[in-house]
Amino acid sequence: MISDKILLNHGSGGKMTHELISSLFMKYFDNPVLRAQTDSAILNIDSRLIAFTTDSYVVSPVFFPGGNIGKLAVCGTVNDLAVSGAKPLYLSCGFIIEEGLPFSELEDIVKTMAAEAASAGVLIVTGDTKVVNKGSCDKIFINTAGIGRLDENRKDISTGKGIIPGDKIIVNGCVGNHGAAILCARNSVEYYSGILSDCASLNTMIENVLQISKKVKFMRDATRGGLGTVLCELAEKKEFGVDLTESEIPLDESVRGLCEIFGYDPLFMANEGKVVIVVASEDAAKVLETLQASETGKDAAVIGEISSTHQGLVVMITGIGGSRLIDMPAGEQLPRIC
Amino acid sequence: MKYIDEYRDKTLTDQLIRSIRSLSVKDIVLMEVCGGHTMAIQKFGIPSLLPSNIRLVSGPGCPVCVTSRKFIDTAISYCRMPDVIITTFGDLIRVPGSSSSLEKEKSTGADIRIVYSPLMAVETAKQNPKKKVIFLGIGFETTSPTSAIAILNAHKAGIKNFFLLSSHKVMPPAMAALIDEGVRINGYICPGHVSAITGTGIYEPIARKYHLGCVVSGFEPVDLLQTILMLVQQFESGEAKVEIQYNRFVKAQGNITAQKALQEVFLLRDDWWRGLGVIPQSGMMLQPKYNDHDADTMIPVSVPEPVEPKGCICGEILKGLKYPKECKLFGKACTPADPVGTCMVSSEGACQAYYKYNKS
Repeated sequence: MISDKILLNHGSGGKMTHELISSLFMKYFDNPVLRAQTDSAILNIDSRLIAFTTDSYVVSPVFFPGGNIGKLAVCGTVNDLAVSGAKPLYLSCGFIIEEGLPFSELEDIVKTMAAEAASAGVLIVTGDTKVVNKGSCDKIFINTAGIGRLDENRKDISTGKGIIPGDKIIVNGCVGNHGAAILCARNSVEYYSGILSDCASLNTMIENVLQISKKVKFMRDATRGGLGTVLCELAEKKEFGVDLTESEIPLDESVRGLCEIFGYDPLFMANEGKVVIVVASEDAAKVLETLQASETGKDAAVIGEISSTHQGLVVMITGIGGSRLIDMPAGEQLPRIC
Repeated sequence: MKYIDEYRDKTLTDQLIRSIRSLSVKDIVLMEVCGGHTMAIQKFGIPSLLPSNIRLVSGPGCPVCVTSRKFIDTAISYCRMPDVIITTFGDLIRVPGSSSSLEKEKSTGADIRIVYSPLMAVETAKQNPKKKVIFLGIGFETTSPTSAIAILNAHKAGIKNFFLLSSHKVMPPAMAALIDEGVRINGYICPGHVSAITGTGIYEPIARKYHLGCVVSGFEPVDLLQTILMLVQQFESGEAKVEIQYNRFVKAQGNITAQKALQEVFLLRDDWWRGLGVIPQSGMMLQPKYNDHDADTMIPVSVPEPVEPKGCICGEILKGLKYPKECKLFGKACTPADPVGTCMVSSEGACQAYYKYNKS
């Protein structure tokens, strides 16, 4: 281990998180299901495939432009199931609440969760509530777990087993909006931009894609570590590389402006409604068309392809035609000094 | 996006690359002084577009990289005091001190807050009158004016619990010291933001004494390529003069208001630069009349002489004598997740830039 104490960066979703998982959690919890390290665990119960996932939500501020912690908690878990190729069905919901939280805020959060669950077509069927002393948590933490049904012919989507050079890489819209919205909402940044979080359930859009194409090889939602982290994970230890074209990556002007000011790389800004799809070249056009027909996919674009060279690495052709490597950041991005 | 897209226009960059290729005959080594330039050059993949006779090397202009280990050790001593809030730019928190880092201290409960400007630190001091709020002042003429304004504001408002730990430095003495030390380069890509404050007069002695072209550059691909072209033109024709490429932002006389604030608040002193040692009149300390806000004076701490990490060649990298990949630790014992030297810590550091965008 790098440090004898847990640092904030161990939770950033970058390299330090990966190291913590492999050096500690995998070491003690090791089993064949966990070893796959997919968004959802794929379980075979009585010859039926079930996808099972969990996630905890600790966002600050709890309410932000474009959503709140409750919406995130439903969308995040629904998306983790959907990108595994599963149909999300049931969620659990655990609340850890700081004493003193206004009841009205909790009610707003719960109402949002109910509405989002209804629109995603899932039921919240079990839960737990704990209240802790003031200062023991930051207003409210939520954990959700979810299960979904997985068809046999979709079971390799979460591992990307069938990926070959030439496959196209698609993202369903502008990246970095959630990270940028949170950055703006935090009091310390006096920057008003009108940027909204992209927080959304993607299961309906994804189901449409899987109906139209049987050649989707891989999907993952690009959350905490951003698009860049998902692509690095995709290429890591593989016999193929990833080619990315900077000029094709969809980006909101306001997010771009914010990133320019702060010196952030939008590739590593968080999203809460973005999926990266790898699809056979011949099906790319119809997948793109299907995505673009949906509200959550209207800005979808082909951003790159799987390459037979530079195995294990992500190489981006920059806007001016130069090339550079995309590497997972060690921890949270920090604002530039000058 | 206005002011961005036109400077990333591929038609323009292609034209500039063609001009550079047709004009550049002799081998030429150019040093980008500023860490922001190092990062931009790598981010846009500029080295992959240049002919092989043009080499770009990184200089000492990354604020975190040239900061002494003693400064970090001092900040760590401060943050362990019960009534202190440390305010700092983000990059500094990961820099390893002799036995800890601010990031590690934060995990044990030290009150360390990342700010975007020293003015936010003054605000923190106002809101926490019972605490001593110390701002860690690093960087060159780009960041020192805001520290100066913070001191002036705190002084005027009678905020007595705001302190500056100054490691602010000035750029030209280091640029001259490098050449005096025998670093062989053929031109300087001069910092854009520093020059916006200082003006370009500071480079005249360097251009004259060392016969080196000095071109003040912006940070976009068109800026950098045009700067490289201007330096190649000077070099091929045997000229050595100061020019401004970044003329939409930099004026020859600089920013007079900022210069006045700097003169009002700071005095020059001899200062220690990582890798370069002590350079006369290269650091900035508070004028005696602002000593009430000087952390060194008001909150003295005793910090043992720091130990520099073994095997780390940050010093030679900062002088442009070696590339990061020539370091034995690079990418193995020293990575952004577990940095040994400051050049790997800072997002503007040469080692991190090479690691992030090249990995070899």
